[in-house]
Amino acid sequence: MIRGDNRGRGFVKTVDWALIAVYLLLVLIGWMNIYSASYSPETVWYDFAGRSGKQLVWIAGAIGLGALILFVIPPRLYETIAGPVYVVMLVLLVAVIFLGTEHKGSNSWFSFGPVSFQPAELSKISTSMMLAAFMGRYGYRMNSTRDLLVTLGILALPMLAILMENETGSMLVYIGFVFMLYREGLSGWIIALGALIVVVFIVTLTKSPFSAILLAMTAITLCNEIRCGRLKRWFAVYFPILILLIAYAVVWYKVCDVRPDCLFSQFKPIYILIPFLVALCLAYLIMGFRNISNFRLLSIGALVACVIMSFSVEFIFANVLQEHQRKRIEVLLGMTEDPSGVGYNVRQSMIAIGSGGFFGKGYLNGTQTTYGFVPEQSTDFIFCTIGEEWGFFGATLVILLYVFLIWRILRAAENSREGFTRIYGYCVACCFFMHLVINIGMTIGLMPVIGIPLPFLSYGGSSLWSFTIMLFIFIALVRNERRFF
Amino acid sequence: MKFERHKRLLIGLAITAAVLVIRLFCIQVLEGSYKDLSNANAMVHVPVYPTRGLILDRNGNILVGNKMCYDIMVTPAEVREAFDTAAFCSIFGVSREFMRDKFKEYRMYRKKIGYRSLVLIKQVEPETYMKFAEMAMKFPGFKGQARTIRQYPYNAGGNLLGYVSEVDQAYIDKNPGEYRPGDYAGKTGIEAAREKELRGIKGDRIYLRNNKNQIETRYMDGEMDIEAVPGKDVVTTIDAELQNYGQRLMKNKVGSLVAIEPETGEILTLVSSPGIDVDMLADIGKYYEQISRNPYKPMFNRAVQASYPPGSVFKLVNGLIGLQEGVLTPATMYGCSMGYHFGKNKLGCHAHKSPINLEESIMMSCNAYYCYVLKSIIENRKYESIEEGFNKWNEYVHSFGFGEKLGSDFPSELGGNIPTAEFYNRRYGRGHWKANTVISLSIGQGEIGCTPLHLANLCATIANRGYYRIPHIVKDSEGIEIDPKYHEKHYTMVDTTNFQKIIGGMWRAVNSAPGTGGTAWVAAVPGLDICGKTGTAQVPRGRDNSVFICFAPKDDPKIAVAAYVEHGGFGATYAAPIASLLVEKYLNGEIEEGARKDLEQRMLTSALINANITK
Repeated sequence: MIRGDNRGRGFVKTVDWALIAVYLLLVLIGWMNIYSASYSPETVWYDFAGRSGKQLVWIAGAIGLGALILFVIPPRLYETIAGPVYVVMLVLLVAVIFLGTEHKGSNSWFSFGPVSFQPAELSKISTSMMLAAFMGRYGYRMNSTRDLLVTLGILALPMLAILMENETGSMLVYIGFVFMLYREGLSGWIIALGALIVVVFIVTLTKSPFSAILLAMTAITLCNEIRCGRLKRWFAVYFPILILLIAYAVVWYKVCDVRPDCLFSQFKPIYILIPFLVALCLAYLIMGFRNISNFRLLSIGALVACVIMSFSVEFIFANVLQEHQRKRIEVLLGMTEDPSGVGYNVRQSMIAIGSGGFFGKGYLNGTQTTYGFVPEQSTDFIFCTIGEEWGFFGATLVILLYVFLIWRILRAAENSREGFTRIYGYCVACCFFMHLVINIGMTIGLMPVIGIPLPFLSYGGSSLWSFTIMLFIFIALVRNERRFF
Repeated sequence: MKFERHKRLLIGLAITAAVLVIRLFCIQVLEGSYKDLSNANAMVHVPVYPTRGLILDRNGNILVGNKMCYDIMVTPAEVREAFDTAAFCSIFGVSREFMRDKFKEYRMYRKKIGYRSLVLIKQVEPETYMKFAEMAMKFPGFKGQARTIRQYPYNAGGNLLGYVSEVDQAYIDKNPGEYRPGDYAGKTGIEAAREKELRGIKGDRIYLRNNKNQIETRYMDGEMDIEAVPGKDVVTTIDAELQNYGQRLMKNKVGSLVAIEPETGEILTLVSSPGIDVDMLADIGKYYEQISRNPYKPMFNRAVQASYPPGSVFKLVNGLIGLQEGVLTPATMYGCSMGYHFGKNKLGCHAHKSPINLEESIMMSCNAYYCYVLKSIIENRKYESIEEGFNKWNEYVHSFGFGEKLGSDFPSELGGNIPTAEFYNRRYGRGHWKANTVISLSIGQGEIGCTPLHLANLCATIANRGYYRIPHIVKDSEGIEIDPKYHEKHYTMVDTTNFQKIIGGMWRAVNSAPGTGGTAWVAAVPGLDICGKTGTAQVPRGRDNSVFICFAPKDDPKIAVAAYVEHGGFGATYAAPIASLLVEKYLNGEIEEGARKDLEQRMLTSALINANITK
């Protein structure tokens, strides 16, 4: 059977060379910047004691792995072994909690002498394969509750394990799979609701529960009326009410400013909001049952979720989140300044990138990264070196390379005739996308500090190899299809 | 706007990428502050201190020089727990307690200090530093930083030179952008007045450092560094030897001694006693307390800041005004019967022959004579009223520089006081006073106040026969050009011919044989033709002030001196001997053996104040 695969169109024509070229380019850029970040005049680039030397070894291994996947392993194998691999990875993910070595506060590393690896990195592949295998089956339906629950279960199990490893950053990457689910038919409103809840969380933290709930009401009523095509009604009915509520809040704050102990100050805006909320829910309930509209009923659920979210923000923030996570969010939202602690990383990172200017300070000339002002500069903050030494020009180029990579994967996935390949491709793209946004977003102060690597660029064998395996499995899958079609 | 789902995802990807790129554009291209922050992070600006300019005397001798010393710096973060404290203490002569307290402090603020270096011991002598340098290996975290401090080869002019000390916050705020903490600046005297020239321009060396504050390399190989420009030398008009001699003469006396070169207005010597010894200046911080506790206020420059009654010396001015106004001629004779009698009152005088003419009045310093002179000036018929006459007198006196700041280059010069008619109108009421009411002005008493510098200037004016150049202490030199006003001649309102008429009196006051009535025969030096005028200024409390002004030689004056000794008694007791000795020293180079040498010895050793307080 393996031999039989060699029929069909030739190697040169079927492999997506563009993807491989971008891959190699990113790896090269990564190595150059690791060399710069850990540069000192005494060490040479091939010194295996230094990071750049070690990374050379990892790169060689990664290319070997890529070749192995491309030329040796039969691509049809993946769909078959997806289940067992998924289970094994799950076991490893749980086992590492008890057997792994502690590393920077998380129990996610297996150590074998000098070599250590992180199952969480590899589990992205196994989960992707499992999702692709399950969802690519004939007869899979997204609106079937059972199918959807199993899908979510496949996702939730590794996420839970990783969360218990205290690797929240890696866990967040899995949220990216929601875009794959969307492609496969999940309602877009779910994503919108998720986004709304995040916004409610942030607004509650930075402003007040009142403004957060008001915002949620605005968004949900607007969505409902847009969906029914009755935007005019929204402006006629809901808009004035919302404006009145805002006006009331403004007046209330003004009055309380002048006379904080008067009777009026007892009528907090949030109390005034409650009757409106109840009325809205009742109205939607009636409308929902009369017109048999699930959307109305779901809207009530969303509204209630937002209100609960808003009121439990304090609790989540104080009790669910860990100290460092709380700090990172506070720093990102500008609620606290912490120039020596968490704020230091972000501040130094932004200083490094910001000081790069348009064309950068030139290769090996960055002062911030070379002299160690940016922490983790060859791993999580490798983008700082690029930003400082290559400037806006180089940083944008790197982002464009990633966009090209993701776009190319998405296009190939979309053109694929096999469900497995398509879904797996989307999973890969989602992973890269999440890593890209979270990592670069973190270095330029758009995201809280979440320690996940930048694919192919960050120093480290574990991440480089797993991303390589992930990408090359997809290239192999696509190539396999192209040979025959 | 209906897209397939995968296309919507692509749009989402594009938007996300755009957000990242726009954010990058904002912080990298639009926002400029990150560049400064990055420089602040990585660049270390190390100031290179220029050597401060020298202060020289008129003959090129160094009054204020520079000498190397070392500040011992410590980087607490690099100090090993167990270094040889005993050896360290014995090198620098500090106590173990001192070290213990210091390190306790460092531990307390270790977060704030970080990897910075702090000054542990200030101004260590090079010899001490060498001992330390030999053993520096044993003391990691300690190092010496070379600095120059002021050195004073002559004990001359402590008050004039002023001192240099570290700037405080108030000083930094007053000169925005020019100083930083740790810089030094002149605080008083010439050091302060000529700070801009003396300090030079600070250099700047830029290094790159790492996140542990360790220096890695020169920034751009030193291309952006700024070289320090040494300060300019200031040449003063002071004669170092003479100044030193004057200080010795004035030692243990309270008062001033000012010598001016009449032709140029250059101050040769300006002594305010008690003053500050120069060895205190170098380390002013250590002595500041002691100096400020001294009841005689050594920091107070009496020569330009103290307002005294001039006493009989002022008779010269009244005489000159009388001559100019035409109410007095050299031949005018007035009688004196132990004073000037008006009504029931009397302004006393000492015993001398009567009547006398102008020259004799100066020679014998007759009080009554000048009462008549002032009366005739003020109550001159050519003026409508006594006020007009008085104000005319006031105008004359002002033309000699009295009653106002002369404009010398001392920053804190005092103007003194010459009363106006309005002043007496206010005090007595218009028309309720006349010449006799203010008659003590005739002999330099009453509401007159002037500084010793004013008196020296008066003497220089007489020596010049009618003009003065504003007394000043800094000369034109390479790089420094003094205000042209110091080269201008200021003529008084009295014609130059009139001066000759009183100089004769001054000559006779000094050079008359003892017993003939000359008040200052003690000041006579054979061959020098000293012309002088004594003064004995009454003060509210205590013994009279001893005053003397003189210039010499009579026909080609090279030096004009004013001596003012508080509570010294008669002008001839202290002021005249001291002034004449200064003149003799300046013109002859040495004091004549015999009587003059004895006089010198007496002046050098006599003490009017408790010597223990001043030292």
